[in-house]
Amino acid sequence: MVLEIIRDVLAVSSTAAFLTLILVVCEGLILNYGSCEVMINGSRKETVQGGKSLLSSLQEKKIFIPSACGGRGTCGVCKVKVLEGGGPLLPTETPLLTKQEQQAGVRLSCQVKVRGPLAIEIPEELFRVRQYQARCSRIEDLTYDMKRFTFELTEPDTIPFTAGQYVQLRCPPYKGSREEVMRAYSIASDPLENRRIDLIIRRVPKGICTTWCFEYLREGDPVSFTGPFGDFYLRDTQTPKLFIAGGSGIAPFVSILWQMKHADDGRQTVFFFGANRTEDLCLLDEMKAFEQALPNFRFVPVVARPAPESRWSGQTGLVTEAVQRSFERLDGWEGYLCGGPGMIEAAIRVLRQMGIPDEKIYYDKFA
Amino acid sequence: MNGLGAELWQAVVVCFAAVFTNNILLTTFLGMCPFTSVSREVRTAAGLGGAVVFVMTFTCLLNWMAYHWILVPLGLEFFRFILFIIIIAAFVQVVEMILDRFSPRLYQNLGIFLPLITVNCAILGASLFMVIREYSLIVTIGYGFGSGLGWLLAILAMAGIRQRFNESRVPAGLQGPGITLIIAGLMALAFIGFTGVLS
Repeated sequence: MVLEIIRDVLAVSSTAAFLTLILVVCEGLILNYGSCEVMINGSRKETVQGGKSLLSSLQEKKIFIPSACGGRGTCGVCKVKVLEGGGPLLPTETPLLTKQEQQAGVRLSCQVKVRGPLAIEIPEELFRVRQYQARCSRIEDLTYDMKRFTFELTEPDTIPFTAGQYVQLRCPPYKGSREEVMRAYSIASDPLENRRIDLIIRRVPKGICTTWCFEYLREGDPVSFTGPFGDFYLRDTQTPKLFIAGGSGIAPFVSILWQMKHADDGRQTVFFFGANRTEDLCLLDEMKAFEQALPNFRFVPVVARPAPESRWSGQTGLVTEAVQRSFERLDGWEGYLCGGPGMIEAAIRVLRQMGIPDEKIYYDKFA
Repeated sequence: MNGLGAELWQAVVVCFAAVFTNNILLTTFLGMCPFTSVSREVRTAAGLGGAVVFVMTFTCLLNWMAYHWILVPLGLEFFRFILFIIIIAAFVQVVEMILDRFSPRLYQNLGIFLPLITVNCAILGASLFMVIREYSLIVTIGYGFGSGLGWLLAILAMAGIRQRFNESRVPAGLQGPGITLIIAGLMALAFIGFTGVLS
């Protein structure tokens, strides 16, 4: 009886073990792509272990393609141009690529699996992107729902960046968010002082990363981020410049104004900053200091609905309405926009009407 | 030789019957879940159908061997449900790896339904029927292949029909699974007609 039980159990479990063995062997044989060569921009050659996504393979080689969703194929930020290899376009990619991009061979690097030799093209500046370790040295309230975080770099100890660029902050898993996420924030500090960066973050209700920053991150805590990314920077032209920002969209302009201050920039510049109520305005003293340092710079705060008791005497209404009130036409100007998608779209419409062509309107839109 | 010839002939007959008169999908309504959800496009349906044919043929064969060579001698027939499922799961895993490697597009198109073949009741159903009906090894191969083919035929027909009524005006309440089930019912009625043809 006992023998029979042992025999039966052995028979069944050894069958299962045999199947497992077959699976392991198959995995080793079939899913082993060996090492694959990835040719980047026709000049740099990297050898990576096949079988993983292009995004994570490049990450292992310290090439950081920006990605907001962390490789789940939902954000569409990690686009790269695949010249050779990569296989057919996958159904998970098509909704996030335009017709032109599909024809040009643009792919989502998180969906393309490295199965053989690849040739890809990425913007050169991504080679400058690195991973940084830092320590949160200061957290400062700017308004009731905006804070400025200062991160002192530890490893590497300096970050070269162009004013207007952004970094991707790593938000570790915490209570309420089980996986690591990356979120993009513009650098809001002096590009010359590159041993630290400031980020201006506005609290998003139920936002994964902002909740972490506001409730869990403390002064002295270690943080890590990758960067710098982005092509939102001050163009080197002599034309007058119009800045429009809302909320935490002020961040890249702080950095750009520092850069202008160091260069003794004499170009005519007007900065419209939109807020809902007077409580949403921030950094007014710093803007005043920039106005004093830069003779041709003017800062115009606009409050959409000022409370009567706040005795607001400045511009009211939407920030775009304030622009329309202040200028007849804007022919020959350049527009720089940073803020939520609604504000950006409204501002592009207004600037276009007032005579700025689309290619002279630069923006940094965050969703 | 005569015995083998008769068995081969029986396998062909069983195979035919499994495709038309005893279609596993339309007579026993097994495997309805992927049938209703992957039948929007002929291409994807053909891909999944092909995978089912392949998996069904080989799992029937493997399960027959496991049943007659391991379970029956040990008197462990009651164990067949678990063993069959384990074998199907392992086999689907291997198919998944092969597809991932050699046909990434089909792999992506099938998405969740490829691993779900494991719990596709038609696959387990075919293995259990082959035990109940006491088929021999050769007949089992014919039966597994025929059942898979029948499933493929049914899902292809359904995908074709659904692609056609993409342009027609289906009443709002019936759109999606509703109309699909009604069509499946009509198709089942039509397949019953084959019974008359063969007898």
